[in-house]
Amino acid sequence: MAASYDLTDLESWDARIRDKVQELGLDCYPQEFEICDHNQMLAYMAYSGMPSHYPHWSYGKAYEKLKTLYDYGISGIPYEMVINSNPALAYLMRDNSLLLQILTIAHVYGHNDFFKNNFTFKSTRAEYTISTFKAHGNRVRTYAENPSIGLEKVESVLDAAHAVSLQCRRNLAVRKRTPDEERQQLLDAARPPNDPFQRIHRRQEVVEPDLRKVPLTPDDDLLLFVRDHNPFLAEWEKDLLTIVHEEAQYFIPQIETKIMNEGWATYWHKRILDSLELPQEFQLEFIVRHNQVVRPFPGGLNPYHIGLRVWEDICRRYDAPTPSEAEELGRTHPTGTHKLFEVREADRDISFLRRHLTEDLMRDLHLFEYEAKGDDLVISEVADKDGWRQVKETLLKSVGMGGIPVIRVEDADYGQKRTLYLVHAHEGRDLQLEYSEKTLAYIYRLWQRDVALETVVNGKRALLTYNDHGFSTKTMK
Amino acid sequence: MSAPESIFRPFHHADAKRSDRSSGDRLRHRQKVRQSIRENIADIVAEESIIGKDRERIIKVPIRGIKEYRFVYGDNAPGVGQGDGESQPGQVVGQREGQGSGSGDRAGDRPGVDYYETDVTLEELIDIMFEDLELPDLERKKLREIAAQRLTKRKGYRAVGVRVRLDKRRTVKAKVRRRLATRHTSEHFPDDRKRFPFHDDDLIFRHMVTDTRKESNAVVLCLMDTSGSMDTMKKYLARSFFFLLYQFILTKYRNVEIVFIAHHTEANEVSEAEFFHKGESGGTFISSAYQKAVEIIEARYHPSLWNVYAFHCSDGDNFDSDNPAALRYAKALADLCNLFGYGEIKPLGSRYYESSMLNIFRRLEADHFQTVLIERKEDIWPSFKAFLAKDRGADAPTV
Repeated sequence: MAASYDLTDLESWDARIRDKVQELGLDCYPQEFEICDHNQMLAYMAYSGMPSHYPHWSYGKAYEKLKTLYDYGISGIPYEMVINSNPALAYLMRDNSLLLQILTIAHVYGHNDFFKNNFTFKSTRAEYTISTFKAHGNRVRTYAENPSIGLEKVESVLDAAHAVSLQCRRNLAVRKRTPDEERQQLLDAARPPNDPFQRIHRRQEVVEPDLRKVPLTPDDDLLLFVRDHNPFLAEWEKDLLTIVHEEAQYFIPQIETKIMNEGWATYWHKRILDSLELPQEFQLEFIVRHNQVVRPFPGGLNPYHIGLRVWEDICRRYDAPTPSEAEELGRTHPTGTHKLFEVREADRDISFLRRHLTEDLMRDLHLFEYEAKGDDLVISEVADKDGWRQVKETLLKSVGMGGIPVIRVEDADYGQKRTLYLVHAHEGRDLQLEYSEKTLAYIYRLWQRDVALETVVNGKRALLTYNDHGFSTKTMK
Repeated sequence: MSAPESIFRPFHHADAKRSDRSSGDRLRHRQKVRQSIRENIADIVAEESIIGKDRERIIKVPIRGIKEYRFVYGDNAPGVGQGDGESQPGQVVGQREGQGSGSGDRAGDRPGVDYYETDVTLEELIDIMFEDLELPDLERKKLREIAAQRLTKRKGYRAVGVRVRLDKRRTVKAKVRRRLATRHTSEHFPDDRKRFPFHDDDLIFRHMVTDTRKESNAVVLCLMDTSGSMDTMKKYLARSFFFLLYQFILTKYRNVEIVFIAHHTEANEVSEAEFFHKGESGGTFISSAYQKAVEIIEARYHPSLWNVYAFHCSDGDNFDSDNPAALRYAKALADLCNLFGYGEIKPLGSRYYESSMLNIFRRLEADHFQTVLIERKEDIWPSFKAFLAKDRGADAPTV
């Protein structure tokens, strides 16, 4: 190793950190650390950290991009990467200094605890992560090497599937209803309410629900819907759609908890390192490194910074509330640390920020809202007494999966022509049209028949369609 | 709660070497980049920067078309950022993505203009450009091929040869083999245990044969009108075209020479610098250039030994009295050349009130003659392809 320490140093520090982890009450999966060099780290980053992953050119592109940025010194490499799996897998860069490794190890345990306990990760089946990704990789390779399929065709399906992989259900803790349940629900909803004065009232008419419609209720999982309702797809194509869908589902919890998760790990590495009684020569480096991680990005949002500040604020409010806060909390309330554990289990970014990002904290963080005006981004609102609600609403809309438009399958047989009819749940933000056009082309490739997307453009309802003549838009009445 | 377990896996150099698993995907990505370059070649060729650079030079080529599209929000989606406490409504905090940096780390909810540049050498770019182009009239006649000898080709082994070509490894193996073969007879040669020298029979030499290759020569004659009416823009378009032609010929022949002929009312052979940069004035006699070209070909590049390509760029503003002569010499030149092209450069808006040679050359009937019209720099690549498509029959691309 380049630095002046060896594996035994790391192990002994790790043992001390694990004692602290236990003492502070974190609850972790077993942890595996792998020491790697910067090239391996770049490769892990390109493949979202997975030791085995199916091949696709987009990962080669990601690698090239990361490498270029790294080579030119535009961006560094993160100190660590942790994978949500059981046992959790983390990579440490071998060129980092000992203090940085200590900080990283503590940080990793924070993530590990979060993966194990946060409710959004319950659906990810951490025990099978590594083997699932490996199996996916093997299957994709088999298809690519199969002479009757080949790389080109596999790529063509993957390109299209990647484009819509995040058009799926967001809250995976809520179980998806089965078709039977949906049918039952529709029937129940159609039944007239119980009328105690039936004899004197005119009989209410029952409007029968259309049970032949596909889907019965709008479906979020675009890839699965196409897989299940396009009879012309080959088995391998369906399998590829399943693979891409499952991967997206695995990563959604991480997208949904970015701020919480990073804030949580940062909060705990700080607490652990503070309690470790670091030797004097480490103290200064620790402060420098920690501040590099949590420095605010001017004009942007640093999830480490925002997350850490919110967690610290929660702890403070429960341990040392101001008189007005104490009044709000009532007479009995949990201690700060206890509350932290409660929140880390039951929230995701959007609920976390909604509940715990207070007006005061927003002002302290100097949050503002901006809009595009011409080529400039212009501040439209700042988090002052009048504006903080609006800034917060905008923030809540953009965190987690909020940055991805919600698009549902409304009808698989629109106009009795097997046209796939999609509806964009518009809430003020328009779609980017060039990207919509290209993405619709991908859906058309998968669905193999016409595709229509209902959305709102500049305040008017519009229908974007893609068929064998290409893309077209028209405004709707 | 018990302390978590942990394992450390140390770093292995061998693993790090072996684990370059992104190489396949990187290769595939690069192939896609190459494809994208090929598809956007017309734009790239129109970029001034590639014209007239030497082949080793690394150039930056913008890549479009390998974006990863998704449904994303457009411009009217507001965002949230963090300020320094001085932020006021109305303050500009950055530019939209793709217009420059300064907007900080905004979540990936917007389409960054996924537009980046890649480094390729000009040579690589030229290879890509010409991959699917073929020379017209590719049947090179025997006489035009000149045998060139190279001595480098290896062909098998021989028991005799010059000392420098001794193959030591095979020689030693032959000796070992001989020694093993004599094991059972060693009682007849009791001394052999101590010493077992090389024998002449052991020596093995690499055998070389002279490799004869047909080499072909080509000459590119660049003819340009340098009369007063040819302004910088027209010259630039002409230059782009000559550049492509020269580079293309260079990929197809081993030995390519280039001749520059500038003309107004009389023609001269000039250097490259003079050809492109020297301004002239006066009228135009196109025939003078053709006459000069025919003279040069007959003196130095006889068609029995050379493949001759000639291209003439002009704005078509010829003196009327010269037209019959121009037509006559053009015919003569076309008969000498593998391909003779006339490119009329008419930047948009100028074509309606100036005379054109295109009409006159329509009367010229020659197999190896081709005319193109160039109006803007975007036309250069399609025109170039059309120019080479001559003689390729029905499957020639229409432009």
